[in-house]
Amino acid sequence: MSAARGSFVGLSEVRRSAGLLVQPRMGFSGPEQMRRGLAATRRARAATVGTLTLDSYTRVKDYASVERALAEDTGLNGYPIVTHGVETTREVLEGIRGPGFPVQIRHGSALPDDIFTTLVAAGLDATEGGPVSYCLPYSRVPLAVATDAWARCCEQFARLRDDRGIEPHLESFGGCMMGQMCPPSLLIAITLLEGLFFHQHGLRSVSLSFAQGTHPRQDDEAIAVLRSLAAELLPRDTDWHIVVYTYMGKYPRTPEGARHLLRGAAELAVRGGAARLIVKTPVESRRIPTIEENVEALEFAGAAAAAVEGAPAPPVQDTGIAAEARLLVDAVLDLDADVGKALVAAFAKGYLDVPYCLHADNRGRSRGYIDEAGRLRWASVGAMPIRGVTGSREREHPVGSAELLTALSYVERTHDRLALHGGDPRTPGAHHELDAGTTASDLRQT
Amino acid sequence: MLPTAVGAALAGRRRRVLLSSVSSDSHTWNLVFLQLLLEEMGHDVTNLGACVPDEMLVQECAALRPDLVVISTVNGHGHADGKRLIGKVRARPETRHTPVVIGGKLGITGGTQATASHELVMAGFDAVFQDDADPAALGRFLDTLEPAPNTREPGQDVLERGPDVLEPGPDVLEPAS
Repeated sequence: MSAARGSFVGLSEVRRSAGLLVQPRMGFSGPEQMRRGLAATRRARAATVGTLTLDSYTRVKDYASVERALAEDTGLNGYPIVTHGVETTREVLEGIRGPGFPVQIRHGSALPDDIFTTLVAAGLDATEGGPVSYCLPYSRVPLAVATDAWARCCEQFARLRDDRGIEPHLESFGGCMMGQMCPPSLLIAITLLEGLFFHQHGLRSVSLSFAQGTHPRQDDEAIAVLRSLAAELLPRDTDWHIVVYTYMGKYPRTPEGARHLLRGAAELAVRGGAARLIVKTPVESRRIPTIEENVEALEFAGAAAAAVEGAPAPPVQDTGIAAEARLLVDAVLDLDADVGKALVAAFAKGYLDVPYCLHADNRGRSRGYIDEAGRLRWASVGAMPIRGVTGSREREHPVGSAELLTALSYVERTHDRLALHGGDPRTPGAHHELDAGTTASDLRQT
Repeated sequence: MLPTAVGAALAGRRRRVLLSSVSSDSHTWNLVFLQLLLEEMGHDVTNLGACVPDEMLVQECAALRPDLVVISTVNGHGHADGKRLIGKVRARPETRHTPVVIGGKLGITGGTQATASHELVMAGFDAVFQDDADPAALGRFLDTLEPAPNTREPGQDVLERGPDVLEPGPDVLEPAS
């Protein structure tokens, strides 16, 4: 690990002393509101990390639409950092970002050069994304083009070390992409491969992600696998930690159900030894949450994590996630010594194939489904080299629209029902019911 | 509302549907679901996917000459993106009369926005479907997408509009055969 300072370097140690770091997905169009949001995040009664989430016009470099929206005051779904520019962004951060309160840029761009240039000039040193995870689900950019762009951006970002003595940090979004219907092994493989890609292009402080899925025990296994493969595969000079995302799919509609899900994510992060948790608010499925709603969710998640700190974790099962993830990673790395080229080749061959991803460079032959116990499974692995590893054959019938719709609302439905059936999320009993993984079958009978 | 409009446009025979998001929207579950649903109904779907530039949509529309264009967007920029997009679709002769509907989560504030829907219809959409985060909306969509062949009263407007969509758009939807 480099001796250079950097706001995200050593977050694992920070987490050990401060508790689970909780971070919003907050982003507002206006600099004043963005600054208020950051200040409120910092003040929140939890160990917090700040976020500037960018708007989706900036993500696709449609700066004309940003200008129009700002001129007409119609509101953007995030902070347009490139349009607001370096000076304004410095003012937003002034006196708020600093030791003890790191701030990360979250964006979603396959061609992030303008974003990297602006954030570095504004004095920031942490962002996220990746050549696969910000290309396939979010853009029409060819994977090879996005990979080249990300390689250049990583190398430019890494120059902060020599130029200013700052160790920059990059988080891979790979463990989240379309995760609500993707079995964990592929998410683990992609975030690991992106971490290796970042390292190959000069970065020495990275985080690997995993999004809370449909089944707590499956998630525990997945994070354990991610941790062990990261320890083995990331070069020894890498400063790294794991970041957990609160479920990325359709969110429960009841406040109790939403809190239950968020509590589950916080507890998952603690059990899995993650340093950071990306928090969602109950209203996020309907609209952009307010500052107050973000703070409330951060404090709730921080308290939920603190409540289970040090509690004995149940033994982790082995359902084959480790074997699948390793096969995927090895198959890709065998294709080329250059991780970026290997990733592009792997998608072309279908060795990596993200279920339900419409991007032209994704084969689109794999399919995931949620089984009777609520676990994410393969309905089809396409050409990925993992056929039969998890011990079950692929399904005979395809996933149709009705099953897809039911599956996409599975988490929402099960948590809302728990809440409605008297499962106060603050009571250990209700929590235990979900933790035990018996929710799906139990609830189907009610 | 949209389900009836889509059903009316598609009922009776195999149709070609061009399915797309708007330029700034990267969400795709809505598109994946709609494609499966329309294909199960026996229609041919061309799915353009996420972040489709306006020009690409217009070009594909002019080339494919679909029976219906379905724009589905959920990132909250749908009003602005939709208005800009439909202006370009209507400006080109080949696509001036193509039926185009838009649906999803169109603004960032949540809830129904009658004025905004009205503006989208005035701008040239044949129907607007506001998703006010009622998860049953997709279920209702599914239920009503394929109307029974003889449920329409004679003389009833083929394109039923919700109360929030007051002005008829271009009169282009053929009666179901």
